[in-house]
Amino acid sequence: MPLLYLAMTQDGYLTDEGMEEVARWCGITPAQVFAVASFYTMYKREPVGRFLISCCTSISCMLLGSDEVLHAIEDASGVPHGETDPEGLVSVEHAECIGACGGAPAVQVNYELIEGVTPEKARELVDWLRAARPEVLKGDEMQQLFGSRRSFDWAIREDEGAVGPYPAFGPLGTVGREGES
Amino acid sequence: MKAPLVVTRRMTEHPDDSHTIDRYEATGGYAQAKRALGLTRQQLVDEVKASGLLGRGGAAFSTGLKWSFLAEGRPSYVVINADESEPGTFKDRQLMERDPHQMLEGTIITAIANEAHHAFIYVRGEYTKPARRVQAAVDEAYAKGYLGEGIFGSDFELEMTVHLGAGAYICGEETALINSLEGLRGEPRLKPPYFPAAIGLYMKPTIVNNVETVSNLPHVLAMGAGGYAGLVPGDDTGTFLISLSGHVARPGNYELPHGITWRQLIFEIGGGVPDGKNLKAWIPGGASAPWFVPSRHLDLEMTKEATNAAGSMLGSGAVIVMDETTCMIRATERIVGFFAHESCGQCTPCREGTTWLEQVLRRIEDGQGRPVDLALMLDVSDGISVGLDWPPKMTTICPLGPSAISPILALRDYFSDEVRAHVELGGCPFAASEMSAIDG
Repeated sequence: MPLLYLAMTQDGYLTDEGMEEVARWCGITPAQVFAVASFYTMYKREPVGRFLISCCTSISCMLLGSDEVLHAIEDASGVPHGETDPEGLVSVEHAECIGACGGAPAVQVNYELIEGVTPEKARELVDWLRAARPEVLKGDEMQQLFGSRRSFDWAIREDEGAVGPYPAFGPLGTVGREGES
Repeated sequence: MKAPLVVTRRMTEHPDDSHTIDRYEATGGYAQAKRALGLTRQQLVDEVKASGLLGRGGAAFSTGLKWSFLAEGRPSYVVINADESEPGTFKDRQLMERDPHQMLEGTIITAIANEAHHAFIYVRGEYTKPARRVQAAVDEAYAKGYLGEGIFGSDFELEMTVHLGAGAYICGEETALINSLEGLRGEPRLKPPYFPAAIGLYMKPTIVNNVETVSNLPHVLAMGAGGYAGLVPGDDTGTFLISLSGHVARPGNYELPHGITWRQLIFEIGGGVPDGKNLKAWIPGGASAPWFVPSRHLDLEMTKEATNAAGSMLGSGAVIVMDETTCMIRATERIVGFFAHESCGQCTPCREGTTWLEQVLRRIEDGQGRPVDLALMLDVSDGISVGLDWPPKMTTICPLGPSAISPILALRDYFSDEVRAHVELGGCPFAASEMSAIDG
């Protein structure tokens, strides 16, 4: 599974060539790799925008207006959920519970979390992504700009963030810091 | 009602640096892992069994008993289930972000007790921040010699790997999690064997424990089995974390003693339903749990026994509150839709049943409902879990399918009028509802 993330890091999504390469490394067939890749929602087998906006629409977020937030994101970006804009900048999807129910409704951009998002703030988020195009997306910064109530308090600032539409986690080599690329 | 804080004490008292190894050690951290090295496997299993500690992933199974099932044959492995995905649940995220060393020490104790030299922490893929925090803690522990060869100066070796999932609720099921960790599709394994302690990761004896469960272990050892069991009165031992969300004034995670009532939880601790609205229903233990309603369940005690006797479960501790403006069809559709999306597809009753239930719910909400639809849904549900009993009977490898019918039972038992109103009106009587928002 880490190899699939590695392939996504390299190509932006899982290309056929990427999956074939993983198959060679693992000594299995490309079909076996495809079987695994197609099981998990975070392995994207079609091109994804630089910013993947995932809006949680599970029960707790739904109760507090997540569908309106998703509509606002779709409207502001012009991208229906499940799709990417022609420029390849923004993808929109709805997600199942992302574990931020105390700060519902919640949105992730490249799996960096923002809690307590209103439809208005969601529009601002889309505009900001389009205008600022940050190299490194930081959850703390986005929470401050576009979020409100959180599931729990968190006093410590993190200066790590995501550099693409895949999880920013050290061992995968995808953690971004300001000034690095 | 006031309980001593156990797993959330450090993060409450030291909010600025509870995640660092310095703060962890300054507040007694890692003393119990060191002590465990001097105890035998049997002593540790007995101690944890006697403490009454129950698994906090949802099944509430005795942790000590689970450990005692560990088969002969080595190597053995320890896997920490940090694939927290049950809708409404966000407690493990807080434990990982705010006090990762507590979980690490619990993992080390589990590894010592189960003679494992490699532990894996399986964090769900969407939890990038918790995964980063846990990895940072693991790095700190390695640097101090608390992990690796000869931990704490002993001759016990323990490697620890943080593994990131990739978006699949079903991987919270322990045999699916093991398949996923092996790099396969996250499909639950056929039972028996019922416990990975017999045959687990790489076909070796494996102990799979939840984040909150192992976070309790340093405290179990520090207090002793008797001390831990005596923390709160009654049969349920220790405190437990409740994730409160939905239509409630003060959502969040609360560490509570077993035995307070739902009324106390929702109205005192949670501050009640906002905007002067009335309580309509709540889900007592994650999306898999059958619903409770104020007319019947408000004064029940939050214990495993009382909740099970009333036909539901405390599950993962996720309490989702719904006010009077909530359309029950819409809420049900959202939960059934979740299970339809997350069904791994191995078993026909679950794969087909959840999908058909979702479609019927959607047509009711969209105004295309038929008078027979409730009976139809109950028939389909009966195909997933024969008899519609509690605890649910299984037609499937794992409990995901049978979990999906919990809200359908609520429609049958408490909200059949609302189903009828949708059918008669040819649409949703709740003005704010905009169903077909999410398709596919």
